[in-house]
Amino acid sequence: MRAPEASFRRRLFARKVTAMGFAVLCLLGTSVGIVALALLLIDVTQEGIGRVGWDFINSFPSRRPEDAGIKAALWGTIWMISITAAFAIPIGVGAAIYLEEYAPRNWMTRVIQTNISNLAGVPSIVYGMLGLTLFVRAMELDRSVLAGSLTLALLVLPIVIVASQEALRAVPNSIREAAYAVGASRWQVVSRQVVPVALPGILTGIILALSRAIGETAPLIMIGALLFVPFTPSGPLDRFTVLPIQIFNWSSRPQPEFQENAAAGIIVLMVVLLSMNAVAIFLRNRFQSGPQV
Amino acid sequence: MVQEGLQRALSQSFMAQTSGQAGGTTDDLPRGPVAETRDLNVWYDDFQALRDISLQVPGHRITAIIGPSGCGKSTLIRCFNRMNDLIAGFRSTGDVIFQGQDIYGKGIDPVEVRRRIGMVFQKPNPFPKSIYENVAFGPRINGYVGHLHEIVERALRQAALWDEVKDNLRKSALTLSGGQQQRLCIARALAIEPEVILMDEPCSALDPAATLKIEDLMRELAREYAIVIVTHNMQQAARVADSTAVMMMAEDRAGELIEYGPTKEVFTNPKEQRTEDYITGRFG
Amino acid sequence: MTRTAFDHQLAEVQEDMVELASMVETAIERSVQALEGRDIELAHRIIDDDLKINRKRYETEEKCLELFATQQPLAGDLRTIVAVLHIIVDLERMGDHAEGIAKVTLMLGHEPPIEPDIDLAPMAKIAIRMLVGSVDAFKDRDAGRARAICDEDDEVDALYDKAYGELVTHMVNDPETIDRATHLGWVAHNLERIADRVTNICERVVYLVEGKIEELNVSKY
Repeated sequence: MRAPEASFRRRLFARKVTAMGFAVLCLLGTSVGIVALALLLIDVTQEGIGRVGWDFINSFPSRRPEDAGIKAALWGTIWMISITAAFAIPIGVGAAIYLEEYAPRNWMTRVIQTNISNLAGVPSIVYGMLGLTLFVRAMELDRSVLAGSLTLALLVLPIVIVASQEALRAVPNSIREAAYAVGASRWQVVSRQVVPVALPGILTGIILALSRAIGETAPLIMIGALLFVPFTPSGPLDRFTVLPIQIFNWSSRPQPEFQENAAAGIIVLMVVLLSMNAVAIFLRNRFQSGPQV
Repeated sequence: MVQEGLQRALSQSFMAQTSGQAGGTTDDLPRGPVAETRDLNVWYDDFQALRDISLQVPGHRITAIIGPSGCGKSTLIRCFNRMNDLIAGFRSTGDVIFQGQDIYGKGIDPVEVRRRIGMVFQKPNPFPKSIYENVAFGPRINGYVGHLHEIVERALRQAALWDEVKDNLRKSALTLSGGQQQRLCIARALAIEPEVILMDEPCSALDPAATLKIEDLMRELAREYAIVIVTHNMQQAARVADSTAVMMMAEDRAGELIEYGPTKEVFTNPKEQRTEDYITGRFG
Repeated sequence: MTRTAFDHQLAEVQEDMVELASMVETAIERSVQALEGRDIELAHRIIDDDLKINRKRYETEEKCLELFATQQPLAGDLRTIVAVLHIIVDLERMGDHAEGIAKVTLMLGHEPPIEPDIDLAPMAKIAIRMLVGSVDAFKDRDAGRARAICDEDDEVDALYDKAYGELVTHMVNDPETIDRATHLGWVAHNLERIADRVTNICERVVYLVEGKIEELNVSKY
């Protein structure tokens, strides 16, 4: 039996209110994130923008806040992120391709898969301990950029793998079938059709991972990155510091001038991060737009 | 085009040997099968998908496979180019003969098989690349000799798509309409110069106009190729196929071939009651 | 999977066909009756009723065409509709033959019968029996019966030969009877044609059941 007209109208009104209420709730949720980020940026910019300049970027740390700069930390970060990328990308993407395109679907693969997903959730300090034991002590790399980079590479590897797997999984099976059907070998299918299609997604994963790596502090402190470094690394086995550690260092000092330095350091870190993102987005769009002939 | 000549010579000698009537007029000669299955059984893990299928695919003819959903039509057609190998748990007994050889035999590389048997799928699945690249991919990876652009043009012409795309070969294949995309996929299959073309419900995602166009094209292509088409559209089978195979699921859900004969017979006077029930829509 | 609506329509055209057959049967019966009784009124009625037979045929034909257009019948369904389409044409023509006999009745008017009279009743009886039998064979999808019915056509042909011979004798012996004898010859001819058309129906029944088109009885005429 149909509901009486009056009660239907009442219900309809209630339904509309519920729908509206939920929309408002979602909007609020979004706003909280955006507002918080905006406030943070404004606050940091106000405090630190005055210190950002060539001298700041091109000076080594110093006891006197007005002379102090981030040269060592910036170079350390660049060294570190490059080496991390050099390890994490090929290994991570390779592992993802193996797992998605080659590995048989058996319990072994499932165990590996579960482990990778779990590793992505392990606290970074644990990676720091691993790095200390494995790279610094066992492999005797000492407290070098290489040891730090390898540690971070391990840390972000699960992110690269999982994101790349998602990207590969999103490639329609019909593309693989189409390629096989014209007589392509597995290698040809993967390298000529599947990976190119998945590349934008893989790139996104890589950027996510490197962004994570660039902001990490704890594991690097754990393996003994320096707090005060008056030099830039000249090779992978040199000792180093990175931007987040420098910022952390300054922000733990009592003098307000050092607080300004910390804010300025954050701005530089943000700029580096955003430029990396920009490059990634540029690359991604290039791969996505238009077919390559 | 050395390869092409070689292939034609091979297929001609094959035909001569099986039909025993080489050199006669073209059309109504009885021709030997280009491909056939003999007592083919297929399992996916413990589930038997096909049972004792013996089907002969004649050359220069269109063979349709019809039957209700899940009866194993697609599994069967995918046995002809070993596409099922890609599915975990697949195993088979019996033979699938192509050019006198069991393609599931020892030492046969599925890549080699697929190079000689083209396939067109249910949903148009062009690569997300240019029209040109879509057609050129097969010949290129297979190391064809000759001018690639000539191969591409010929394939596109054969697929009745050339005039529509000749000025836009560098455009993404994804900008084409569904019917054009499917013809592009046919061109892609033709570019590797196969001897058999398998079509797995090639029109199920297309509108009636595009469907009829593909059907016309199939009739045209049947002059040069053997075509096997899986379709759940009985009218389509009736329209295009020279012979029709009807498959059904047995009690244990394994697919069986219950009738195979000239399309006219199957659709006007089927021998099996189950065929009758199926094609008159009184099945199950 | 069933096709309730289609099954219903398919049953309907077959019922229409059977009804048409019974209309034709009545017309044949009456035509002979009217002839024997010199019943002018009945003869007129048969001629009027033939319009109904024609209309029924076209109605049924249209229904069949609609089924072709909308249901794409195949296999047994296809053969059923094709058989119905052919049979209704034969039935309608048989109706015309009955009308032809009725017209002869009108032409003969109240002229006395030829002495001794030609008995056409057995011919009519066999023709009607064949007609009813062929429709039953259709209903029962009985190809064997259809074949057997065709053989009866020979009896009708023999009776026709006999009647023809007798009429010729009359005409030779008594030129007075030429007109009447010729008219009766037409009647016999119509009855012979009716039986002949029954064999066509039987051929369709065999096609319906066995799917092959074969000529069952090559009539002498």
